[in-house]
Amino acid sequence: MIDAYNIYDNMDRNNILLSFKGDITSELLTSILQIMENKMDNMQEEPKTKKKVYNVLVECLQNLYHHMDDATDGKGDKNRSAIFMIAKNNGAYNIITGNYILNENIHGLKSRLDEVNALSKDQLKDYYKSVLNNGEMSLKGGGGLGMIDIARKTGEKLDYNFLEIDNKVSFFTLIIKVTQPQLI
Amino acid sequence: MEKYAIEGTPKTPTISFDIQNGVLEIKGRSIPENSIEFYKPLVDALDKYSSASKPATTVNIQLEYFNTSSSKCILDVFKKLEAIHKGGSAVTINWHYEEDDEDMLEAGEDYQAIINVPFKMVQVAE
Repeated sequence: MIDAYNIYDNMDRNNILLSFKGDITSELLTSILQIMENKMDNMQEEPKTKKKVYNVLVECLQNLYHHMDDATDGKGDKNRSAIFMIAKNNGAYNIITGNYILNENIHGLKSRLDEVNALSKDQLKDYYKSVLNNGEMSLKGGGGLGMIDIARKTGEKLDYNFLEIDNKVSFFTLIIKVTQPQLI
Repeated sequence: MEKYAIEGTPKTPTISFDIQNGVLEIKGRSIPENSIEFYKPLVDALDKYSSASKPATTVNIQLEYFNTSSSKCILDVFKKLEAIHKGGSAVTINWHYEEDDEDMLEAGEDYQAIINVPFKMVQVAE
């Protein structure tokens, strides 16, 4: 028996505005962005806040979309699935994503995240420009700008975790905090 | 082909390129998952235009949102415009941003720093 109340209570206590688990498709992203826009309109968020959250949301969701396939090897359909949640606590939005990653890819991703986290605001701006101008566009489209852009727009460090599931895959969690711009 | 036009969608901008008058406009949102595919026809149209460009080319960019995948394609569009500028058509890029949207202003300044074409930052009311 699924304990729906337990899930409800958990989401309620964590102030989850929206949560989804499953395959991430282009159509799904369109719907979610629309829902979040409506929600923020209903909550009468400042246009500045709405833009920030929307921008970061697009990057987080498209990151998931582009990297969903990365851990499908060997484990079947289970790994086509990801989770993401949007919460609002004390005026700050938290965008949380989770997806499987092959253990062999952890090192590369971790060093990229750490590299971004080590940079100041001005360094991020320079780094963004240099990747924009010199970086190769990957077939998936991102070209490595997503994380830099998120860090730049939020002014926050990228909070992440790798949970080892077995000797092939781990579960990667990314937590992005977006504070109200006037509080920065 | 005197005009090149694409209707906007929730994820892609409205594009109109009036080749006769040398006016290119990109407006709306640019957040497609695959932006290379979306921008390729415009880059091709600019390529064609470069061989028969007008004495002046005006470019109006008025984006509400754009994702990082689009940012590379927009740079490709600007690089074509830079070549057209060098080729003798006086190009001006008018980069519009809403008055409280510092991120959009900064994005315009990033391009301005990379591309050798006169940029004008144009503030618009929300």
